[in-house]
Amino acid sequence: MPENTEKTEKDKRKIKAVKKMKEIMTFYYIDAKTAAENNKKVAWITSGGPVEPLIAMDIIPVYPENHGAMIGASKMGVDLCEKAEAMGYASDLCSYARSDISCATVNGGPIGGLPKPDMLICCNNICGTVLKWYEIQARYFNVPLFIFDTPFCHTEYYEEMRRYVRSQVDEYIEYLEIATGRKLDRERMEEVGRLSVAGQRMWQAVLDTTVNKPAPMSAFDAFFHLALIVTLRGTHTAVDYYQELLDEMNERVKEGIGAVPNERYRLLWDNLPIWYRTKWLSEKFAAHDACLVADTYTSAWCGSLRYMDENDFLNSMAEGYTRIYLNIGVDEMARSVCDMVDKYEVDGLVIHSNRSCKPYSLGQYDIQRIVEEKKGIPSLMIEADMCDERMFSESQIETRIEAFIEMLTHRNRR
Amino acid sequence: MQDILREMADVVRDPFAYGRKLKADTGKKIVGYVCTYAPEEIILAAGAHPLRLFGTTGTIERADAHLQSYCCSLVRGVLEEGLKGGTDFLDGMVFPHTCDSIQRLSDLWRMNVTHGFHLDAVLPVKLDTQSARQYMIGVLHRFKTDLERELDCKITDDNMSKAIRLMNENRRLLRRIYELRSDEPGLMTGDALYTVVKATMIMDRERVREALQKVVETMEAEKASAAASQGTVLKSVPTTKRLLMAGGICNQPQIHNMIEAAGGAVIWDDFCTGSRYFETLISTDKDPITAIVERFLQRAVCPAKHAGLRNRAEDLIRMVRERKVRGVIFLYLKFCDPHAFDYPYLKADLDQEGIPSLLLEVEDPLPAEGQLQTRFEAFLEML
Repeated sequence: MPENTEKTEKDKRKIKAVKKMKEIMTFYYIDAKTAAENNKKVAWITSGGPVEPLIAMDIIPVYPENHGAMIGASKMGVDLCEKAEAMGYASDLCSYARSDISCATVNGGPIGGLPKPDMLICCNNICGTVLKWYEIQARYFNVPLFIFDTPFCHTEYYEEMRRYVRSQVDEYIEYLEIATGRKLDRERMEEVGRLSVAGQRMWQAVLDTTVNKPAPMSAFDAFFHLALIVTLRGTHTAVDYYQELLDEMNERVKEGIGAVPNERYRLLWDNLPIWYRTKWLSEKFAAHDACLVADTYTSAWCGSLRYMDENDFLNSMAEGYTRIYLNIGVDEMARSVCDMVDKYEVDGLVIHSNRSCKPYSLGQYDIQRIVEEKKGIPSLMIEADMCDERMFSESQIETRIEAFIEMLTHRNRR
Repeated sequence: MQDILREMADVVRDPFAYGRKLKADTGKKIVGYVCTYAPEEIILAAGAHPLRLFGTTGTIERADAHLQSYCCSLVRGVLEEGLKGGTDFLDGMVFPHTCDSIQRLSDLWRMNVTHGFHLDAVLPVKLDTQSARQYMIGVLHRFKTDLERELDCKITDDNMSKAIRLMNENRRLLRRIYELRSDEPGLMTGDALYTVVKATMIMDRERVREALQKVVETMEAEKASAAASQGTVLKSVPTTKRLLMAGGICNQPQIHNMIEAAGGAVIWDDFCTGSRYFETLISTDKDPITAIVERFLQRAVCPAKHAGLRNRAEDLIRMVRERKVRGVIFLYLKFCDPHAFDYPYLKADLDQEGIPSLLLEVEDPLPAEGQLQTRFEAFLEML
């Protein structure tokens, strides 16, 4: 292929919205970092936390986990993790937490540290780690901590859970009203709730475009475009952006443009990305005509839409935030993976066994077995860590990917 | 007392043999549990026997097919025994919600272990609000109803009150043993003390009461006669360096022999197999479930729960002062996240108070003895 044709080929595959996304995120971080000068309050909040009341009260939400992902992607994780270890944190602890905790003390990382929080909002629907992490930051910054406690739903969401979480919605709002000295504007809250649901629906629609063959985007693209549904959920910005991205994806579907040039194998990714190796992994798989068409991670931000009611947001968000993907039993997670295998017509499962994330990773062997049995597809397990590159063994992983692709090829021939 | 200590050591060595025998002899239903947030009183009130699991003393093989190597040995060990059938005499298991690993252990047990019923008690994570208190009452009411269904029985308030009194008495006696040892460490070795603590979570609770009463009586008598003969009977030397140990569970009693050989003695602890189990009694003048909940809210917390930002350090420093110990040994199970996250702040607060500490991260089984012995010696020398 002549060089210029190759270049246009590659350009054709580039997602145009990326540029806008980068602008939005830059603007968002500038806004957050200058919050104090603009008399705005900053709340640090967990990625699965109920952000909508913050937006409605004009408090700027900042996400240490998004920061962790940025640290990982810019390959600054090892340095910051080592700093945390020197502070006494065990090397087995979550690498987001380690990075963020040490980063706060040195204002390091890709954006020179996060803006100082005025308050901390910790929702434990994703893990128990965030509780410890936020306690540490509450002591370090000497700011109040609100814990939004979402009981784990092993098998069910019981009536007493519903009452408990619902009462915390009121406690949360009261906490914010005291912190800001302002009353929550209920109308504004309703609007933010509607925008949140609209944003989640739009994000789901974007992810759904990969049911097409070839898939117009891959999970690696989703890892990138995810940032807004996490950080700006409940705003027009997120809804508008995802509308634009959706239009672009639909256009690509119409033109038959795939994320991977000759999509042959369609794979499903489980667990958080390996942030410092997304490009490497993406190219590895693409080189074998394999596209990771969907993942369990980015879909978690729209996975509990069925419990949310846009016209009764505050009441319904209690259940929506409690029954998210990670706050449910391993068997229900396996069912959800099986559904995704069917929906996206997947040929194989790629599982990231992530040392940093026990609630996501412990149980993966069972999920793997269930999916293999029920769906008859092969799977690959990659042992690594989302941010701590020391846990990544390139040669071993490369060998395993190749063996996995070989198996897929073999099955394909049969 | 030696007979009792031998009896308890046998129970601790093979808790499952004990459980099987208890079941055969008494026909009691046996309910396994994994942490001190299990409402033992409700299990007792159902006429059943609560038996705590402490992992496995054998090698881990079957659990490796379900749990990665970065899961703690306690959780892997419990699942191993479930899969291997070591626990097949259990009529059921209860999993109170604590850390991320126990949370997944509950799922994996429910999905893979075929014997006995499975119950979750999804307790709140924060313990310092009114709504969390209300929620916990709801959780324990549900647990009670679940247990009635599974064990086909009726749990009366009267039986709960009886169970509360029994457990209060056992906790009081355990505390008394700690206090006597705190006054005179030579009355009982650390190894024996931790055998007693573990046995109280495995043995028939009525038998525990008798046994602990005997132990207390013997220790009190020894203490009195020692005082009368001015300390000559006692085994401990006045130079014994008093220590406090903090962490999750102590599954390694041999550690105490090493510490004692190096001239120290663990006088008090902040352990789930220790003071967190016996501290705080249950009020006997209110609704039983509410009273059980209140104890859970008031007792020293497991770091997987939240009851404030500094309370764990404050408790630790208070215990150090009260018990006049000279140093703290943090004994952590490797891959135990909640404890590992708390360590730097606890250590910093101890440093600020001028209290020396040592961190040991262990896994079952322990590393070669010499290595630990050297660390204990170096630490004790420094004190």
